[in-house]
Amino acid sequence: MTPVLTVEGLTKSFDMHHLGQRLHAFSGISFTLHPGEFLLLKGANGVGKSTLLRTLYRSYLPRAGHIWYHAPEGRIDLARAADVDVALLRRREIGFVTQFLIARPRVAAEEVVAEPLRRAGVAAPEALEQARRWLAEFGVKRDLWRAYPTTFSGGEQQKVNLARALILPQRLLLLDEPTASLDAGARAALVRRLDELKAQGVAMIGVFHHPGDVAGLIDREIELTVQEAMDDVAV
Amino acid sequence: MSLATLTKPWAAFSYGFLDASAKRELRRKMLKAIAVPGCQMPYASREVPMARGWGTGGLQVTLTLLKPTSRVKVIDQGADDSVNAASIRKFLHRVSGATETWDTLDATIIQSRHRVPEERLRDDQILVLQVPNPEPLRPVEPNMSTARQMHADADYGRLWLVLYEQIVRSGRVMQGAAYPSLVNGRHVMTPSPIPRWDVPKLNMARHLTFLSAGREKRLYAVPPFTRVEPLAFSDVPYKVEDHGNLTCSRSGVTGFFMNEIPQEDGSAVHELSDSHLGIKAIRRAEGEAAPIGATWYQNGEFRA
Amino acid sequence: MTATQLHAQLPPQLMTTPPLLTVSGVNRRFGDVVALHDVSARVYPGEVLGIVGESGSGKSTLLRMMNLEDTPDSGDYRLALPGVTGNLFELDRFARRMLCARHIGIVYQNPHLGLLMKNSSSGNVAERLLIAGERSFATLRSKARVALEASEFPLARMDAPPIELSGGMQQRVQLAKAIALEPALLLLDEPTTGLDVSVQALVLDTLKRLQRDRAITMVIVSHDLGVIRTMADRVMVMRRGRVVEEGLADQIFQDPQHEYTQALVHAKL
Repeated sequence: MTPVLTVEGLTKSFDMHHLGQRLHAFSGISFTLHPGEFLLLKGANGVGKSTLLRTLYRSYLPRAGHIWYHAPEGRIDLARAADVDVALLRRREIGFVTQFLIARPRVAAEEVVAEPLRRAGVAAPEALEQARRWLAEFGVKRDLWRAYPTTFSGGEQQKVNLARALILPQRLLLLDEPTASLDAGARAALVRRLDELKAQGVAMIGVFHHPGDVAGLIDREIELTVQEAMDDVAV
Repeated sequence: MSLATLTKPWAAFSYGFLDASAKRELRRKMLKAIAVPGCQMPYASREVPMARGWGTGGLQVTLTLLKPTSRVKVIDQGADDSVNAASIRKFLHRVSGATETWDTLDATIIQSRHRVPEERLRDDQILVLQVPNPEPLRPVEPNMSTARQMHADADYGRLWLVLYEQIVRSGRVMQGAAYPSLVNGRHVMTPSPIPRWDVPKLNMARHLTFLSAGREKRLYAVPPFTRVEPLAFSDVPYKVEDHGNLTCSRSGVTGFFMNEIPQEDGSAVHELSDSHLGIKAIRRAEGEAAPIGATWYQNGEFRA
Repeated sequence: MTATQLHAQLPPQLMTTPPLLTVSGVNRRFGDVVALHDVSARVYPGEVLGIVGESGSGKSTLLRMMNLEDTPDSGDYRLALPGVTGNLFELDRFARRMLCARHIGIVYQNPHLGLLMKNSSSGNVAERLLIAGERSFATLRSKARVALEASEFPLARMDAPPIELSGGMQQRVQLAKAIALEPALLLLDEPTTGLDVSVQALVLDTLKRLQRDRAITMVIVSHDLGVIRTMADRVMVMRRGRVVEEGLADQIFQDPQHEYTQALVHAKL
C-alpha cells in the first residue's frame, strides 16, 4: 500500500538573528505513515512534538530532510514544495487541529464550521446543515450556533474549532493537543469522530497531553528526545 | 506711357476685415473641424473691433465665410433688433458688402447667440454659433490638458455622472442650456448656450453648423447629416423645455420656444423668442405676403 | 545566508491553474533612490497576497504598478484573463484605462485619491459602471446599491457625499466602487490605516467576508502586520525595494527566516 507520508531525516532549528544563536528543535527524524494509521508523538515537555507537527504542516520551514507526501497526483516533498502547493493541500486534504481557534469577529459559529465545506464547493444550505450536525455532535448548545465564537468560553471555542477541523474528511490529520480544555462529552465525540475518520483511511499524527484519551486509536508511537538546546552560530 | 497705364486700378486687397492669412488659417481649421465633427480645433483668434466675450469667435468664422453676395442674419437671444445683433450685422455689411437680412429663409449665413431659428435651415445655409465656453468637460475636470486626454479617450463617464447626480438630487436632469451632446458618436461637445429646445435641430440637419469661441480660441463643427445626441440615460428620456402649449402674446403663434415677459401684476405673458418669425406671423395676419418656412417644431412637437 | 537561498522552493507541481497575476523583474528608480529592485510576484486565482514592509520599502510603488498607474524602468506584468495578452506595462494610456476599469479594483488609504468627495456615494460607484458603458439609470442605481450593500455600507446614506461620511464609511464606498464591476483583481493599499481600531476590524471583516463570498483575488499592502495576518494567505516582505522573504502567512509569522522579518514579527508580538 502507498504510504501517505514518508519523512526522511527531518531536521528543524531556529536561527534567532537578534541573539546570533541557533536553537535546535529536532534532527534526523524519519518515519512512514500509511492510510488509516494513527501515530502518537511522545516526549517530555519542550522536546519539540508540536514543532514537528508544525514543520509537517509547513508552518515551520525544515532545515534539512524530506517530507514526502503522496498526493493523488504523485509524490511531493513538503519540505521544499511551492507555497501554493502546500496551500492547495491544506485546503484539500491535510488538516491541522490545534487547541487555539483563530476566531474572526462577526462570523457565526455555524458559518465558521461550514466554511471548509463551502470552500470544497458544497452549497450553502447543505454545508450549514452538516455544520449544525457537527456542532450538536460536539455538544455546542443550539442557541450558540448563530452567535460569534469570539465571545465563547475557551472550551466552547475549542468545540467549534474541532467541528470545523474535522467536518471535511482529510487524508492526513495533524492533531496538536485537541483534547485540552474539552469536557468529557466533547472528548468522547472527538474520539468517535477520529475513529470514524481512521476507519475511512485518514492517517493521523497526534500530540496528546493525556494519550489515554485516544488509547484505542494509537497504532504506533515515536519518542522525541531532548537536543542540546543552542549553538552560537553566525547566522 | 504713364505709370497709371502700367498698373491695375486700385482695389481692396482683401475684404471681410480679416487679412488673407488670417482667413486662410481659419478656413483650414474650419475644414479640420468639419472633418472631425464635434472635435475642438485650436485657432489663432485674431483681434476684431469687439471685446472678447461678445461673439468674437463667431464673428471671425462669419468674416471668413462672407462673400459680397452673401446675405447675413445675426441673432442675439432670438432677436435681430438688439444692439448687439444690429451692430454685428452692420459691421459685416460694411467690411464685405454682404446684404443684411432678418429673414431666416433669405439668409445664407446666420450668426447666432443662444438660439437656432425655428424655421428649418437648408443645405445652402450655414449657422455660426457664438460659444463662450467650448469645453463640456470643464465643470468636471478643471485641468484642460487632462480634459483633452479625456476627449482623446472618449472618457465621458464624468459627464454622465453629472446627470446621475442631478437625477438623484432633484429627481430630474437640471442641465438647461449648453446641454452636452455626443457628435457623430465620438466627441461630446457643448452646443453653446442654446436651450435644450434647439439641440435636436442640430441632429442630422441639412445645414452646416460652426461653433466658435474667440476668447478660448477653439472652434468645432457639426457637418450636415451628422448625429448629435444629447447625453441621456436609456430610461430617462431627453426632454426639451415645456413650451409646446405656450402662445405668443403678440403674434398669437403657439408651439415654439418662448421668452417669458413678467407683468406688473405678477403674472407673465410669453412671446416668441425667434423675433422675426413673430414679425412674419403678424404681417401675414395683417394680409401681407410674408412666407414662413417649414419649422422644426409643429404644434410644439419636434418633427425629425 | 538568506532565507531564499536556504529554502529555495520547487516550482508548483499540484497547482495547475496558472497565476492570475505575474510580475517579474520589476525595477524602478526615482533619481538615486531605488524604489524597486528586481521584484517578482505571483498571485493565484482566489488567493490573498499580503505585502508588508515599512514606509519606503517599495510596497505601495509595486501596488501602483499593478494598477498600471506607474511604469517601471524594466519589468513584465501579465494578467491571465480572457483577451488580456502581453506585457501590460507596454499598454498605452487608453488600453490601461480600459483594462483597469474592467478587471482591477483599488482601495487607497486616502479616500481623496479614490473618491469624488462631493458627489454622492452611489454616484462614485456608478461612475465605474458608466465608464464600462452602462447607460440605464435604473440599472446604475440597482448595481450601485448591490455593491454598496456588499461593502456593508448603510443604504440609507447611499446618496450622501463621502465628504460627510466617517473614515470607515469612506473606505466602504471605495470598496463598493472597486468591486462594482466584479473585478478579477482587487488591490488594497493600506485600506485600514488611519482608522480607529474598532472601525479597522469592521472594514477588515467586510473584506474577509467579500473574499469568502466572491473568491476575489486580492493584493493587500500594509505596514500593519495584524492586517496582513488577518487577511493574507501568502505574505511577501519588502525592504528597501527588495523582497526579503516570501511564504505562507502562518510560516512568515511563526517561523520568519530573514533577520528583518524576525525583527518585524517580534516587534509586533
